[in-house]
Amino acid sequence: MNHPSHLLPLLVAGPLLGAALLVACGSRLPRAAAEPVGCAVSAATAALAIHLALQSSPPLVEWVGDWVPRDGVSVGIVLVGDGPALGMAALASLLTLAALAYSWRYFDEPPRRHTGSYPALMLLFQGGMCGFAIAGDLFNAFVFFELMSVVAYALTGHRVEEARAVQGALTFGVVNSLGAYALLMGIVLLYARTGELAMTQIGRRLDAYGPPDALVLAAFVLVLTGFLVKAAAVPFHFWLPDAHAVAPTPVCMLLSGVMVELGVYGVWRVYGDVFAGPGGIPAADLHRALLVLGVLTSVVGAVMCWYQRHIKRLLAYSTVAHTGLFLIGVGVLTPAADGGVALYILGHAGVKAALFACTGIVLDRYGSVDEHALHGRGRELRGVAVLFLVGALGLAGLPPFGTALGKALTEEAAGPALTVLFVLVSTVTAGAVLRVAARVFFGLGPRPEEHAAYETTGAGERPETRRRLKRVPDTMSAVPALLLAASLAVGVAPGFAAAVEHSVSEAGSAGAFTSAHWTLAGVLLGLTSTLLAVALAALAVTRREGLPGGAWAGPLRRLQSGHIGDYVAWLLAGAALLGALTLPGVING
Amino acid sequence: MMSVLPYLVAVWIFLAGCYGLATSRNLIHAVGCLAVCQAATYVLLIAVGYRDGATAPVHSDIEPGSRPLVDPVVQALALTDVVVGATVTALLLALILQISKRHGTVDPDELSELRG
Repeated sequence: MNHPSHLLPLLVAGPLLGAALLVACGSRLPRAAAEPVGCAVSAATAALAIHLALQSSPPLVEWVGDWVPRDGVSVGIVLVGDGPALGMAALASLLTLAALAYSWRYFDEPPRRHTGSYPALMLLFQGGMCGFAIAGDLFNAFVFFELMSVVAYALTGHRVEEARAVQGALTFGVVNSLGAYALLMGIVLLYARTGELAMTQIGRRLDAYGPPDALVLAAFVLVLTGFLVKAAAVPFHFWLPDAHAVAPTPVCMLLSGVMVELGVYGVWRVYGDVFAGPGGIPAADLHRALLVLGVLTSVVGAVMCWYQRHIKRLLAYSTVAHTGLFLIGVGVLTPAADGGVALYILGHAGVKAALFACTGIVLDRYGSVDEHALHGRGRELRGVAVLFLVGALGLAGLPPFGTALGKALTEEAAGPALTVLFVLVSTVTAGAVLRVAARVFFGLGPRPEEHAAYETTGAGERPETRRRLKRVPDTMSAVPALLLAASLAVGVAPGFAAAVEHSVSEAGSAGAFTSAHWTLAGVLLGLTSTLLAVALAALAVTRREGLPGGAWAGPLRRLQSGHIGDYVAWLLAGAALLGALTLPGVING
Repeated sequence: MMSVLPYLVAVWIFLAGCYGLATSRNLIHAVGCLAVCQAATYVLLIAVGYRDGATAPVHSDIEPGSRPLVDPVVQALALTDVVVGATVTALLLALILQISKRHGTVDPDELSELRG
C-alpha cells in the first residue's frame, strides 16, 4: 500500500487544497500570513515532486481510485510519473516557489479582504502545471491544460488598472482557448477511433487498427495545434509577446520559464505515447513538421527579439526563439536530442526567470522598462547589473551553464547545419540582452535617437510595488541569484545530466541509453556563441542611428499587430500548414 | 450520409466561429464567437457517443442490459467541457469590462497599445 505512486495525486491536490484554503481564509488573514502559507504549500509540493522523481525508475503509474483497466479496457483516470513528467512538475513547483518568494515585497498592498487571492492563483497555476505534466490520459491533460491557461489569463491581467495588461490578457485568453478547443476536438476524434482516453492505450489501439488515415491525420493536426499554441511556435506565437510584456514580473517568470515549455513537453509526450507506432504518424513526417516550424520559430523569434526596446517584450521574443530550438531538438527524434532538450529547458528556465526578475527590479525602481529611456540610469544597481550580465551570458550558452550543456548535446544530435542555426539564434538573443545590459546598467555608447516606429516602447509601465524602490529588497535580489546558481548547477552538478538523460530515454519510446557529458566541440561552440553575442552587442551600442537592418525587419514587425482577429487567422493558417507538412507520409503510408 | 452529417456540422460550426473571431469588430462579439467554436466540440462529443436505437445512459427506469445505451463517457466529457467553457467566457468578459474602462472602446481595431 505504501507504493510511492499513491502519492502522485498529491502533486495536484496539494496546491489545489492550499489555494482553496487561501481563498476561504483570505479575508481574515493578514498578508504576512497568507504568503508564507502559499510558499509552504508550493515548497512542499516541490519537495514531493523531487522525492518522487528520484524513485521514478521504473515509471510510476497510478490509476486513481483503483479503476485499473480490465481486459485492456480502461475507463479510469491514469497519472504517469516518469522522469520527464516529474521533472517538469518539479520545475514548475520550484519556479512557483521562486516567484512567490520574489513577490514577497512586490505587489501593492492587496485590497483588504483579498490578501489570499494572489498566492491562491499562483498555487492553482502550479497545480494545473503539475497536473498537465503527470496526466496519463488525454482528457485530463486537456482539463489541466485549460486550468493552467485560465489561471494564467487571470494572472496576466492581475493588475486590472493597467490598460495594456487587460488587452494582453484578453489576447492570450482568446488565442489559447481556441487552441485548447482544437486540442479537444483532436482528442475526441482519437476517442471515436479507439474508445480509449489513456495515452498508451490509444497508441496500442491505433497500431492494431492499421496504417494511418485521414482521421488520424486530422486528430494529430488538431492535438498538435493546441500544444503548439501553448508552445508559441510560429505562426501560433503572436499572443506570447503581448501577454509576457504586460504580465506582472513574477508571473512572467512562470510563463516563460515553464508554461511555454510545457507545450513542447505536450508535443513530445503525445507523439511518443500516441502517434509513434505504425498506426500513428510516420516519424519522417513529424520530423519535417517540427523542423520547419522550429526553424521558422527560432528565426522569427531571434529577429524580433533583436529589434525590441521594451525589455520584457525582448525577453518574451527570446523565449519564442528558444522554444523554436526546443522544437527542433524534439523533432530530431533521437534519445540523445530529447535528453539535450530536457537539460536545455532546465537551464533556460533558471536563466530566463532570473532575467525577468532583474527586469522587475529595474521596473520598480525607475518606473520604466524602456531600453532607450533607461540609458545609463541603472549604474547604481551594481548587484542587479552583475546578475543581468551573468543571465545574458547564460542565455548565450556560456559553459558551464546548463543551457550550454543542453544546447551542445542537442546540436550534436541535430547535425552541422542545424548547429549553425543554434549558434546564431543564441548569439542574436543573448546579443540583444547584452545590449540592454550595456546601455541600461553601464551607460555605454551614445543614447539612441528617438524616431517614430511601429513598436511598443517600455515607457508608461507602472511599478508593481507600492512606491518606487529606494533599495532592492533582499528577496528580490536573492531569487535571481539562486535561479542563476541553479542553472549553473544543471551544467556542473556531477551525475545530474546523466540522470536526466537516462530518465528521458527510459520514458521515450526508443529506450536506448546515451551518456550526457561535456565535449570539447560543445564547449567551443558555447564559447563561440558567447563571444559572438558580446561582439554583436558591442556593435549595436556604438551605433547612434537605429539598429542595422531595421528596414528589412519592418514587414515582420507589422505582422505583430496586437489585433485578435489577425492572430486567429494566423492560427488557422498554421494548422493548415501543419496538415500540409504531415500529409505526404499519410498518403504514401 | 446521415452518419457523416454531425461531423460536418461540427466542422462548419468551428470554422464559422473562427471566421467570426477573425473579422470581429467588437470584443464581446468575439467572445461569443469563441463560445461558438466551443459549441463545435459539444456537437462532436455527442456525435461520437451516439448509437442507433440507444437510449440515455440513465438506469432509473430501465433494466440494466435490456437496451443499448449511448456512450456515457463522452457525455461526462461534454459536461466538463461546458464547465471549462463557462469559466473561460466569464473571465474573458470580465477582462473586456476592464478593457472598456481603460481604453474606452471594445473595438479590437482601436486597441493599438501592443504592436511591433
